[in-house]
Amino acid sequence: MNILVFIKQVPDTNEVKIDPVTKTLIREGVPSIINPDDKNALEEAIKIKEEYGAKVIVITMGPPQAETALREALAMGADEAYLLTDRVFAGADTYATAKTLAKMAKKFDYDIIFCGRQAIDGDTAQVGPQLAEQLNIPQVTYVKEVKIEGDTLIVKRALEEGYEVIKVKMPVLLTAIKELNTPRYPSIKGIFDAYREKEVKIVTAADLGVDPQEVGLKGSPTKVISTTTPETQRAGEIFTGNVKECVQNLVQRLVEKHVI
Amino acid sequence: MNEYKDIWVFAEQREQRLMNVSLEILGEARKLADKKGVKAYAVLVGYGVKGLADELIKYGADVVYVIDNPLLKNYTTEGYAKVIADLANEIKPEVILYGATYIGRDLAPRIASRLHTGLTADCTGLDIDENGLLLQIRPAFGGNLIATIICPERRPQMATVRPGVMKKAPKDEKRKGEIIEIQANIKEGDIRTQIFDIIKEAKSKVNIEEADIIVSGGRGVGGAEGFKLIQQLADALGGVVGASRAAVDAGWISSDHQVGQTGKTVRPKLYVACGISGAIQHIAGMGNAKTIVAINKNPDAPIFKVADYGIVGDLFKVVPALIEEIKRIKNNEMA
Repeated sequence: MNILVFIKQVPDTNEVKIDPVTKTLIREGVPSIINPDDKNALEEAIKIKEEYGAKVIVITMGPPQAETALREALAMGADEAYLLTDRVFAGADTYATAKTLAKMAKKFDYDIIFCGRQAIDGDTAQVGPQLAEQLNIPQVTYVKEVKIEGDTLIVKRALEEGYEVIKVKMPVLLTAIKELNTPRYPSIKGIFDAYREKEVKIVTAADLGVDPQEVGLKGSPTKVISTTTPETQRAGEIFTGNVKECVQNLVQRLVEKHVI
Repeated sequence: MNEYKDIWVFAEQREQRLMNVSLEILGEARKLADKKGVKAYAVLVGYGVKGLADELIKYGADVVYVIDNPLLKNYTTEGYAKVIADLANEIKPEVILYGATYIGRDLAPRIASRLHTGLTADCTGLDIDENGLLLQIRPAFGGNLIATIICPERRPQMATVRPGVMKKAPKDEKRKGEIIEIQANIKEGDIRTQIFDIIKEAKSKVNIEEADIIVSGGRGVGGAEGFKLIQQLADALGGVVGASRAAVDAGWISSDHQVGQTGKTVRPKLYVACGISGAIQHIAGMGNAKTIVAINKNPDAPIFKVADYGIVGDLFKVVPALIEEIKRIKNNEMA
């Protein structure tokens, strides 16, 4: 069995700083991590490998420094790693990303494709379903449990209030949520192997055989035309000092305004 | 591209009941259609759902397409994607909007990929620009940035819309519209997933999205014990308890209380933020409250910038005093 896991390296958004003038991200000094949901996807693939035997192939698209995310995945237990990196891939929206990833997926004979539900930098949750469509395979998103029965998966898919139990034959694409499992920490041996024994293979647009017009910014149907920092300023009246007086003033205002 | 016109809304129903978000985006679609001078359509997919078409008209649809078929009884990605994509290929709408639910966010990207068009996730604002293009406005990077996105060259322009952000149009009992039944071109083999159970888990008792008054606690509340005080203030005001992501992540309160970019979007009449610093991701979820009160010991906390009224002080002193004062006022009213 072959399992492809698509991961993304993302800035840790709790630490994101925005340049107030250019309204863009300040990336310097911001730690990069494997996107959390993607780590759950990877963990599940490795668990399946341990239980049933499988080859786990981890793939990412990104700048050269995304190699560190792949090394971490190898250290956790992935068998092979591929980094799709090329200037023409830059600026891709979810459609162009899925199209590029689909080209890569087609190079393998896969049974399961795992993605995280969504990445914390974009929160779109779109690449997984778009990739499944490009490959013409079924998808199950928001996966919180996976069982294997022969060539079939029994999957629990979370809903707002409860979940569905879905039966689907492989090949299939699944997107993982954090309820699926707890990702492991790499072992010391795992880290050694990831850097000494295992290899991160670089894949360019030419290697993939994609038309540069169909990937990256050029191949993206959507365009970001502006970004701003949210502004919700109000002319607030702030009370300080004696607690009793503060509270009386506040309640008086709320009563005057018929709020309470 | 000129052949593409009108605005469609995917009218999501579950067990023959329309989702609230579908009526919210229908209200928005109505406004956008009026601005462009086109019609607003609702696309209703399911089995035994024809009866819901009237309600969609009363909430703003000019035309309702009904795709009714036993194979479409429960939502499946492939079943719903096929019938909607087929219809879109035939009729060519200029815009399709979906609620950003667990179903909408599964369906819309599948359709977008099939139609080779763009899709913007989780929009919090929509508008039409001077060229008639759909402006799709959404937060990014955990709400730290607000991006405006367009899809200039492909059609339809598609977006999912965050529940709780748009407003339903008032229900107009007299509104008239057209109902068109569409024959679903679908067979069992088109759907490769099989649902064999749908388990409902106890619906959360708190419904902060509908509450008029919310008292929220954040990191400053200090623990699960501190939330008892927040609950007491909520009780005194006749409201419900909300929370910031920090409080939920710390395990002090369950995630159905969470307000913010990764939680729920609320627009109560009164929002009281206790011990919440006011990270942008939190403000993204409550910035539209009518009146905002902040209680925080740090006078530089960003929450004070969005507050109508604030008290700088220790919430463990301020909140008990506030409860007492509110009770006093309410007792006076009754006397």
